[in-house]
Amino acid sequence: MDNKYNYGTAMLAAFEYLLANYPEVFVIGQGLWSPWYVGNSMTNLEKKFGTARVIDTPVSESACTGAAVGAALAGMKPIVVHPRIDFMLYAMDAIVNQAAKWSHMFGGQASPAVTIRGIINRGGEQGAQHSQALQAWFAHIPGLRVVMPATVADARDLLISSVLSPDPVLFIDDRWLYDLEDTLPPIVEHNLALARPQCLQAGHDLTIVASGYSTRLALNAGQKLTGQGISAEIIDLRVLNPFYPELIVESVERTKHLLVIDGGWRTCGVAGEVIASVVERVSTSCFKKPPIRITLPDAPAPTSKVLENAYYPTVDLIVNCVNKLMH
Amino acid sequence: MPDDFFNQLSDPANFQHPVNVTGQDKNLLFNQLESMLHIREAESCLATGKRDGFIGGPVHLGVGQEAVAVGVAGSLRKSDKVFGAHRSHSHVLAMGADVYRLFAEVLGKETGLSRGMGGSMHLWDKPNGFYGAVPIVSGTVSLAVGAGLAAKLQGSKDIGVSFLGDGAVEEGVVHESLNLARILNAPVLFVVENNLFASHMHISLRQPKASTARFAAANDLPYEIVDGNDAVAVHKAAAKLIANIREGRGPAFIEAITYRWYGHVDWREDIDVGVNRSSGDVSAWRKRDPIRRLADGMIQAGLCNDTFISELKSRTQQTISNAWQRALADPYPSSSALLTRVYASTGENRG
Ligand SMILES: Cc1ncc(C[n+]2csc(CCOP(=O)(O)OP(=O)(O)O)c2C)c(N)n1
Ligand SMILES: [Mg+2]
Repeated sequence: MDNKYNYGTAMLAAFEYLLANYPEVFVIGQGLWSPWYVGNSMTNLEKKFGTARVIDTPVSESACTGAAVGAALAGMKPIVVHPRIDFMLYAMDAIVNQAAKWSHMFGGQASPAVTIRGIINRGGEQGAQHSQALQAWFAHIPGLRVVMPATVADARDLLISSVLSPDPVLFIDDRWLYDLEDTLPPIVEHNLALARPQCLQAGHDLTIVASGYSTRLALNAGQKLTGQGISAEIIDLRVLNPFYPELIVESVERTKHLLVIDGGWRTCGVAGEVIASVVERVSTSCFKKPPIRITLPDAPAPTSKVLENAYYPTVDLIVNCVNKLMH
Repeated sequence: MPDDFFNQLSDPANFQHPVNVTGQDKNLLFNQLESMLHIREAESCLATGKRDGFIGGPVHLGVGQEAVAVGVAGSLRKSDKVFGAHRSHSHVLAMGADVYRLFAEVLGKETGLSRGMGGSMHLWDKPNGFYGAVPIVSGTVSLAVGAGLAAKLQGSKDIGVSFLGDGAVEEGVVHESLNLARILNAPVLFVVENNLFASHMHISLRQPKASTARFAAANDLPYEIVDGNDAVAVHKAAAKLIANIREGRGPAFIEAITYRWYGHVDWREDIDVGVNRSSGDVSAWRKRDPIRRLADGMIQAGLCNDTFISELKSRTQQTISNAWQRALADPYPSSSALLTRVYASTGENRG
């Protein structure tokens, strides 16, 4: 067995594992019978497991998501796939009012164990309605676990944990990560409720926190910073809700500097939440400099290439911000 | 009976004959021919521009479907409010948009229809009655109802128009919109371009019945099922329904059966064309070419000849090529545009 994967084929391996081992797992969403929609992350699943369990659908995000929630209540473990988070907005009621609420609202008796896979797929001059990274919206919703894998291992293992979780989970993967490569050990099932932020690079000068594609940017910036003699500790959030800040707090208490990167907007975003959670837990004298966040500017995604280049955070931007923070 | 007609229309072996132009206004026919050729050449230019790497973003081409936009636009005014979707070059051009500004938009230039902020999938041309096309499927259908409602509240005889696809009717909001428009008696025309596909999926894999006009019937809207590759047939249906809408008789619905010659997105025919779509199907549908059919109909009726058609074609190509060259030379938006256009009122931003 080849144990080399990229982020996309790691998810494919998770789908194959789940469909092979759990008869109650099925997958529903747009583009599942097309090689063009979801990169290399679901190739030929319908041929291996049949079109009854790998279902391509009409253009009906709302009904498909609601149907998955209902199937979950009735004992299945459905995975709904939205090739872009933007399209998933038609399904907000099923996700926010229904899936996220049913456990609490019915005294802990209902278990809508649905996994909603929302893909971030931006760039390429696609513009405002094909580019959004809305993790902050969903992380705001109690009852909905929000997962953002940044590594090849997490792309596979967190997908499996998400589907096996008795709770509704929004699993957000990012097309800008699909070429990331790694060698993975055999699959071991993990309990999603125990997943915590993870330190991907130890360091002592500053703490950089990120998730999803932003973590990749952070790691690349970390390499450049090492070359400049700056030692960054890089922490990947992995699960945005519920959010456990302990590891970050402990790190910042050592490094006294905090930079948070998020691929969403600034106002009411994930980066602000991370900073607030740290600030309220450390002593007032902890920080040597005020924390910094790097996000998208508060504007919809443009199309024109020149504007796209100015819109998305880059490794160089991060390195510059760190230099400002440290000097 | 409507189902029988639909079934005949969805088989490309039928309806390849020249368009019957008897009794039609001569100017209208020449306008239709010119407009369809203009759209065809514009989109062919975009296909080449995409292939050659000039265009960054996705381009959804409607080549083969020109008669729908042109047939409907013939009965519209600049004060009407027309809405489209991801495949709307034909709609905006049929309403009279400057093709140079369409090209500039697709290229992301400041001089474009949306000032370079939207690209091919986000088009705006208010002076010509085009109130917006966006790529969220069925995202503008309810907006068209609202624009019609506004016209009614304002006491004008203008109407809202919603161009949507056969895939779009699978979204719940379309059904809410049909019901709402009917119960409010909003002046709005729904035009479903049924090209039998939503990206890779043939309609038989998505809907139990292929004719979307059943949803008009369910919501008590008058409707017409038409040959979407016959500009005259589309025109007749639209003219009748639009006249009624303007008279305050409420919303109406057209289902135009047609076919796109390219794949779902960009310039290739052999990519994203879909489960169930063979190259044989595509070449069969090419024989139902709306432009060739209208030209043949006009030639048979003695209105023009082959030389006229080929001269018209080369004139159109020249216009298109000039517009493309001009758009290529235009500037991109300045980077301040990223933040100054977020709020219409003030241009304010907080970075
Ligand atoms: C809400 C939403 N869901 C899915 C998509 C992806 N998508 C873009 S075009 C399209 C097919 C639409 O088919 P149809 O309405 O028939 O229009 P056509 O492409 O045939 O012109 C789909 C599914 C989208 N853009 N928006
Ligand atoms: Mg279609």
